[in-house]
Amino acid sequence: MTTVTAQDRTAAFDAAVAADERIEPRDWMPDAYRATLVRQIAQHAHSEIIGMQPEANWITRAPSLRRKAILIAKVQDEAGHGLYLYSAAETLGTSREELLDKLHSGRQKYSSIFNYPTLTWADVGAIGWLVDGAAITNQVPLCRCSYGPYARAMVRICKEESFHQRQGYESLLALSRGTPAQHAMAQDAVDRWWWPSLMMFGPPDDESAHSAQSMEWKIKRHSNDELRQRFVDICVPQAEALGLTLPDPQLKWNDERGHHDFGPIDWTEFREVLKGNGPCNDQRITQRKQAHDEGAWVREAAAAYATKHATQRPAEPTTARTAPGEATA
Amino acid sequence: MTESTDWPLWEVFVRSRRGVSHTHAGSLHAPDAQMALRNARDLYTRRNEGVSLWVVPSTAITASSPDEKDSFFEPSGDKPYRHPTFYEIPEGVKHL
Amino acid sequence: MTAPTSPTSPTTTAPATAAAALALGDDALVLSHHLGEWAGHAPVLEEEVALANIALDLLGQARILLSLVGDEDELAYLREERAFRNLQLVEQPNGDFAHTIARQLYFSTYQAFLYEELARTDGPFTALAAKAVKEVAYHRDHAEQWTLRLGDGTEESHHRMQRAVDQLWRFTGEMFQPVDGAHDIDWPSLQESWHSSVTEVIRGATLTLPEGPRADAWAAGAGRQGLHTESFGRMLAEMQHLHRSHPGATW
Repeated sequence: MTTVTAQDRTAAFDAAVAADERIEPRDWMPDAYRATLVRQIAQHAHSEIIGMQPEANWITRAPSLRRKAILIAKVQDEAGHGLYLYSAAETLGTSREELLDKLHSGRQKYSSIFNYPTLTWADVGAIGWLVDGAAITNQVPLCRCSYGPYARAMVRICKEESFHQRQGYESLLALSRGTPAQHAMAQDAVDRWWWPSLMMFGPPDDESAHSAQSMEWKIKRHSNDELRQRFVDICVPQAEALGLTLPDPQLKWNDERGHHDFGPIDWTEFREVLKGNGPCNDQRITQRKQAHDEGAWVREAAAAYATKHATQRPAEPTTARTAPGEATA
Repeated sequence: MTESTDWPLWEVFVRSRRGVSHTHAGSLHAPDAQMALRNARDLYTRRNEGVSLWVVPSTAITASSPDEKDSFFEPSGDKPYRHPTFYEIPEGVKHL
Repeated sequence: MTAPTSPTSPTTTAPATAAAALALGDDALVLSHHLGEWAGHAPVLEEEVALANIALDLLGQARILLSLVGDEDELAYLREERAFRNLQLVEQPNGDFAHTIARQLYFSTYQAFLYEELARTDGPFTALAAKAVKEVAYHRDHAEQWTLRLGDGTEESHHRMQRAVDQLWRFTGEMFQPVDGAHDIDWPSLQESWHSSVTEVIRGATLTLPEGPRADAWAAGAGRQGLHTESFGRMLAEMQHLHRSHPGATW
């Protein structure tokens, strides 16, 4: 076997990325590329599982059985998506346990949007429309991310999430067209979620610490400001159809640019929430840690059982009772 | 939690319908094979994506090394005579 | 809005059938509600997905059953506590994971045998039961797998699982009171099947079969008559609050 020099490897990696080929787990990759991916995928996974909390807050109070079923299915998807993403991160040589530990100790972040509280039922709709809408705008380009496992997880997630935004919009529409109290509830939710949603795209391009390198590596395909503008342009007519007002007096169509102009974002608030001073930062991490700690004895029990019964494991596992397929190939 | 209680990683393969092979769908954690199968059912077939599942401990998979990809895969690139399009057949000859 | 205390006004469903649909529908509704409370609190991510699946199956069953009786939302959100016909077992709070699993074991084993019977006999529940029987088989399997792992896991899990099966045991007798409208069920034989199945799982999990009474005149065993335990009122208060705050609204 010929020895591959470091230079060859870097060249091969750069060429693969330039040719829009996917990088796969066992391929050589620069340490910084690996670290960037672990950081981004972990943050994404953490966002999914922390993001379960504000919506789960309304499962037990959902105002109709239909809405309740939808909400449970949606929160369940978020657990599933967290799981796909932790798996993608694990292909880079880290473990879920390690990543959770970093989340719990504050060494890794999750999307700041989930540090805002869900105060009324309409917040569930607003999250679906605006927060999931912003997330989808961010995520669709990630389906073409240069790292194979991440791109594949994103394809699955985007496919499954297509109902999340629609259900939120439909729910808000029902409120907007409902009683005056319901309409007011919907408008209040949009007032509170609009600006934090715009912050989800991250700091402006000239202040974004990691953007340039990530674009070069094709982990990221569009700049923060580009995606934010796209999102605003999409939302304006959607808000009109809803009969709700976006809380920005400066929001107006600019013929010259072919885009909507919008008012300045309060980046001080963004940075404060990021630093841990948002309304729910402590609450979210505390609940997460509590669930993890209280579940420790369950995970230990299952592991102990597996060890005890390791020798008794059947050679051919039977399929679950309801699986109609055959047990073996 | 100590390391020994971390649940191992499993690779999940789903047969989407009868007549096609199982395809890699993703991975998950489970304490043992039985639970891995159940977790796979809950996670990877909740939108009616499958009729049969395989779970394999991730550690049981041996993969070819990307460093060897030239010696593994390139030699088969110059043998077009393995493909039917390599051969020229007079026009009008059928069933070949 | 119709008077919340007179929900049993079915237009097409026979009264006896409606009574059975209400009892079984309330079981599924209340249990799915409690399982929904686990969202964001499960011991591991994979179990978040599993518990939500079970909650969704049950909620689906509840919606079909309640629709046989009247408007599903009116029934779920506008009845008072005393008008609910669910078993006291399903309204018991989640407790720890062992407690939830014990509740699942007892109830899904019951539901599996009951729905098998309903699917077999030709009646108003045949089609529904035929579909539900597959869902419930999975719930039962899930509960059994976890009972084995917690019972035969660590010392702590063994202790917790034993405590859970013991504490909920007294709520299991009620399940075999005949349900009005489900006439073709042989309740004593259902009880026998349930008992032997649960015994096997509990023993297989190295646990001791509880010995206390399974129902008493003074205690558990009146959910079907609309007598519930204290925590149930709070559960309903939480579940119904928003809906009741906006009379006549659509969502």
